[in-house]
Amino acid sequence: MLAALSAAVLAAGCASARAGQAPAASPAPTQATGAARGQDTTTSVDRPQYPSTYQRHPNPPVLIRNATIMTATGQEIAGGSILLKDGRIVAVGTTVQAPADAVVVDGTGKWVTPGVIDTHSHIGVYAAPGTQAESDGNEATNPVTAEVWAEHSFWPQDPQIPLAIAGGVTTIQALPGSANLIGGRSAVMKLVPGRTVQEMKFPGARYGLKMACGENPKRVYQSRGPSTRMGSMAGYRAAFIQAEQYRRRWEKWNKDHSGDAPQRDLRMESLAEVLRGNIFVQNHCYRADEMVQMLDLAHEFGFKIRSFHHAVEAYKIADILAREGTAVSIWADWWGFKEEAMDGIYENAALVQQAGGRAVIHSDDASGIQRLNQEAAKAMYHGRRAGIQVTRDQALRWFTANPAWVLGLDSIVGTLEPGKMADVVLWSADPLSVYARALQVYNDGWLVYDRNDPAHQPKTDFSIGQQP
Amino acid sequence: MIAFLLAQTIAITGGTVYPVSGPKVDNATVLIRDGRIAAVGTNVAIPAGATRIDAAGKWVTPGLIDGAGNMGLREISAVQSTNEGTLRGNEVAAAFNVAEGINPASTLIPVTRIEGVTTTLAVPGGDLIWGQAVLIDLDGTTIEAMVAKSPVAIVADLSEGAKSAAGGSRAGVAQRLRRVFNDALEYSRRRTDYTRAQMQQLAASAADLEALLPVLRGQLPLVVVANRRSDIETALRIAREYKVRLILAGAAEGWQVADKIAAASVPVLVEPLNNIPTYDALGIRYENAALLAKAGVKVALMETATENSRNLRQQAGNAIAYGMTWEQALRAVTLSPAEVFGVGDRYGSLEPGKVANVVVWTGDPFEFSTGVEHVFIRGKEIPLRSRQTELMERYKTLPPKY
Repeated sequence: MLAALSAAVLAAGCASARAGQAPAASPAPTQATGAARGQDTTTSVDRPQYPSTYQRHPNPPVLIRNATIMTATGQEIAGGSILLKDGRIVAVGTTVQAPADAVVVDGTGKWVTPGVIDTHSHIGVYAAPGTQAESDGNEATNPVTAEVWAEHSFWPQDPQIPLAIAGGVTTIQALPGSANLIGGRSAVMKLVPGRTVQEMKFPGARYGLKMACGENPKRVYQSRGPSTRMGSMAGYRAAFIQAEQYRRRWEKWNKDHSGDAPQRDLRMESLAEVLRGNIFVQNHCYRADEMVQMLDLAHEFGFKIRSFHHAVEAYKIADILAREGTAVSIWADWWGFKEEAMDGIYENAALVQQAGGRAVIHSDDASGIQRLNQEAAKAMYHGRRAGIQVTRDQALRWFTANPAWVLGLDSIVGTLEPGKMADVVLWSADPLSVYARALQVYNDGWLVYDRNDPAHQPKTDFSIGQQP
Repeated sequence: MIAFLLAQTIAITGGTVYPVSGPKVDNATVLIRDGRIAAVGTNVAIPAGATRIDAAGKWVTPGLIDGAGNMGLREISAVQSTNEGTLRGNEVAAAFNVAEGINPASTLIPVTRIEGVTTTLAVPGGDLIWGQAVLIDLDGTTIEAMVAKSPVAIVADLSEGAKSAAGGSRAGVAQRLRRVFNDALEYSRRRTDYTRAQMQQLAASAADLEALLPVLRGQLPLVVVANRRSDIETALRIAREYKVRLILAGAAEGWQVADKIAAASVPVLVEPLNNIPTYDALGIRYENAALLAKAGVKVALMETATENSRNLRQQAGNAIAYGMTWEQALRAVTLSPAEVFGVGDRYGSLEPGKVANVVVWTGDPFEFSTGVEHVFIRGKEIPLRSRQTELMERYKTLPPKY
């Protein structure tokens, strides 16, 4: 029944300072993107391309006291306090002194974790209410569209954004869909209300490149090709062979500046940045055998796959994934909706963890993103019941520190440590309980959401004036 | 063999028993005999030879009932050849009963039942009138062995999804449904004329009109999928006009008219974890189930994604997080769906005489930390194995031994 009710779910499958303040007030990624990265790696023209204009929102210092603090660094501090100031975590521990102007939040009986990070979201690019007019996630006009950037589809007024914020989410990677072999660049977004995309874009975050294997591209392109898995493989190889040549041409010209500059090619620029290691490959891939094929492809061209996405069969090759240093962004329990998802098991994340790999619980879904803590809990407890050791801290890292690593932001967000960006969630109960809800969400030190205060419950324009 | 299993007597002892029909009983025994519950309480005499299940420290509840999905009718939703739930080419498929499409060997069945869901509705899909839903127990090698009730209801759609069956207008949907109902009544009055071809063309085949008569006589409920407040009100209006026993499904904006639904004594099937706005339901919110229940509406919860039916308990847990009481939520996944589907006398609670669908949990069934210890369906203990547990065992240590 009710197939209609869940149709939306199934369809989806697919400088932080204010003016006048020092930009260094919040931590920034160690590797900046684009022109800032230096001449030797410059792909083409040396000019800023769509820079983030993100500004940290002012907020008085905040001390959350007497809470259970899960740091995602191995500690669970009972009766702990955490101090947030100027967008940073200043102190975490059992004795934290608050400045006189700090807002003190009583955390008695509550829990504190890092902000939730989702490596796989289509919020903003497949906005609600899910009409064709808002369907901006798949440039399904060519199997290789490395030239498209998700940020140029992202709609800041998507009503799904406040819903995800209320689920404790502070950072997402908004990805193109999986229709194409190479779908385009991702956008790493801070989940704060904003008028423009660039006000929300995580400053300095790397781009990801969305690639997809398996059923989706061959279904979309069955008439024009690639229509087979071997056709898909040939498609990736052809694209990267071209990118190697493009990269060489630009490197030569950047060295000697002799003659005219080579023709710019946006598609090739994205791929050349992958070859240089500046853009992370984010690879939609379900089956174990196909993931290993993609690792072979990465070896052929000398790039790394940062994370497989969906990866329902990761547990079958957990040893290989650990050896390769490739993370997996997975669901706790999605399975069975298509053939390549038939072998999904609850213990996937736990088995990846056990083999020494890096597991991430992702959503790929505007509903699931609101409860990544619950999904991680499901995966942890099922792993334990199967006799696989998973600590609470490890499960917490599945939706905080590990996704931060997948996005290359692990030195900035993902844990509760002094100096890190103050992306913090206060939960009503143990976040690994079904009954826990995010009470307060701080993004870069800003109280962006408060369940008990309508003044801190952002709405996008779409939701204004709707009945009742 | 089957007779032996059915004849088995099982005593689940020492657990905290949640009968649903009454308050919880600590340190109680649930006695199962011949597939039925024989006794529940603290002073139950355990017959010699009974199989004893020690449930000390455990929670014992009725098996959960999911009021949605295509269980048995769909192996892989994206693979059309494995889907049996929709009769294509018939927008008024009232005579379409899904029972013989059910595959008792579906791998989804073990995956679902070992998480405590023992009974599900198997629901057709479609356009305006989808067909007849049946209730199945998740055990049995034949369709006959699985079916608990058939049909449970005829399912119709008054949501956005039905518009294509009526020229693209909600008003058209309502008018077409009335025309079908009127023709069914006309057909029942003039069967002879119909046989002699002395009637104008009717809005559906004779078989489909015939199948609607139990609904129009109040003998069989009509499940209506409706989400927008005005669609819910249209469903209530049509049900009043034709004296139909209505069950609302979806009802995303039901919380806005909870009092009206309660006043009409119409039960509602709700999927709690839905809050993404669509033009079908801009007012969708997590608190729907709680607000309906608070207004006195009989609420049964559902997980609509067939392969995720096992997440019914997560749906219930979230319904609680957003305002239902724990007791309301437990009832909404056991006795309430049983009552809504017309099997409240046989299912949904732990009472003598009822079908012995029983689950022993390590704790609160809605918590992730809780595991399933034992599942009984019709008094038979179900091995806690599925294709997924076998895959896990095969790959638990790498490389696997093929």
